[in-house]
Amino acid sequence: MESLTRPPVQGTVYGTVLNDRPSLERMGAALTRPPYGKPPQAPVLYIKPWNTHAGTGSRVRLPKGAGRVTLGATLGVVLGAPATRLEEATALRAVAGYTVALDLSLPCASVYRPPVREKCFDGACPLGPRVVERDALGDPSSFTVRTLVNGRVAAERSLSDLVRPVPRLLADVTEFMTLEAGDVLLAGVALDLPQAGPGDEVAAEIDGIGRLDVILEGDLP
Amino acid sequence: MKRARVAFEGAIHHVTGHATEQNGGLRLADGRLLGEEEVVWLPPVAPRTVFALGLNYADHARELAFKAPETPLVFLKGPNTIVGHRARTRRPDGVAFMHYECELAVVIGRTARDVPKERAYEVVAGYTVANDYAVRDYLENYYRPNLRVKNRDGCTPLGPWLVDAADVPDPMNLRLRTLVNGRVTQEGHTRDMIFDVPTLIATLSSFMTLGPGDVILTGTPEGLVDVRPGDEVVTEIEGVGRLVNTITAGQQP
Repeated sequence: MESLTRPPVQGTVYGTVLNDRPSLERMGAALTRPPYGKPPQAPVLYIKPWNTHAGTGSRVRLPKGAGRVTLGATLGVVLGAPATRLEEATALRAVAGYTVALDLSLPCASVYRPPVREKCFDGACPLGPRVVERDALGDPSSFTVRTLVNGRVAAERSLSDLVRPVPRLLADVTEFMTLEAGDVLLAGVALDLPQAGPGDEVAAEIDGIGRLDVILEGDLP
Repeated sequence: MKRARVAFEGAIHHVTGHATEQNGGLRLADGRLLGEEEVVWLPPVAPRTVFALGLNYADHARELAFKAPETPLVFLKGPNTIVGHRARTRRPDGVAFMHYECELAVVIGRTARDVPKERAYEVVAGYTVANDYAVRDYLENYYRPNLRVKNRDGCTPLGPWLVDAADVPDPMNLRLRTLVNGRVTQEGHTRDMIFDVPTLIATLSSFMTLGPGDVILTGTPEGLVDVRPGDEVVTEIEGVGRLVNTITAGQQP
């Protein structure tokens, strides 16, 4: 892990999927068929553990045999105070600021089982390049997230597409679990994502926060 | 040797004991002897990554009408859910089924990557007992078991002691059981794990780095019953410890 730099945050990182309308539309009728049965009721969450955390400029070595990874660029909401049972109307008061996250994952079509092998390889959660104070930025629903592969824009999305905008997401998550100061909640990773592989220089960018750069490397021979 | 963290008279103490001492009694570093109920027990480790295993006992997989998995079913838990011995755990109001899960918890002692099975025990610091509560009303088929079922505040008691690996000569040969209000409701044996401790360490470390303070909750055997406010739930593992928890009424949700 010597080629990973340190991220600007220290806490637990929680990710969310199926929190954007295009992903729910893409799942379509599958949401009501086995193994899912019915559309998700609560936020669909996962954890990116400490070994995945990395900063901008990191060289991330992909798992053995992995040709491609998906690039889940999204907003990282950084907590500034312990947050339990937040109210939607005042939830943003618990937020210290925002950063950029690039949730790297082995491609995986299913959202039935927790994606530990897919999402928890070393360096699979670059965060950065900095945390920008909440009040220096506007409504997170107005943010645009761009993904770049070798300098070219591979995806661009507006966070106006969130099913649960950040305050609602914070309220629904902290209904049953406390987020601590320094913890990071990712606002939602889409299902339809660009991919990249060894040798690619990838980046995630949000205007007003900055650009998070990562180089992907293959496993050692 | 075994170690615990307790709060007593306004300070946090790291205490040690020996396996031969009666469970519960403890000695502070300055020599004071205290009873189990005189201190507040904290989790014996401040965990980093917490792994939990689903369906890792064949009898439990059958109980839930699942066939045994071919690869370990692993999910992760956050620090918010971990509490110590003699804690109170809330049952949300209005739910129909909340159950305990008695599990052997393996605490990793050093940085570990690509550990072969035959060397897996070298990276273990010790063992403790976990009670991995689940509120099944909230089960959904997205990243199942989802965090609302398994990662609620205060729903994973851990402790009382971290017992040194050297004092648990064969972690795959331990009896487990759970008592609710003194009645045995769950009995099992670690030899019945589908994926044993060395296999779990080898598997996890094959795709990610493990480190000191990471904890693996190794799954639970059959025998799960609903627990209600006021119930005392004791999860115990032979030679590792006896972890007491009391269910209390929660608020909505």
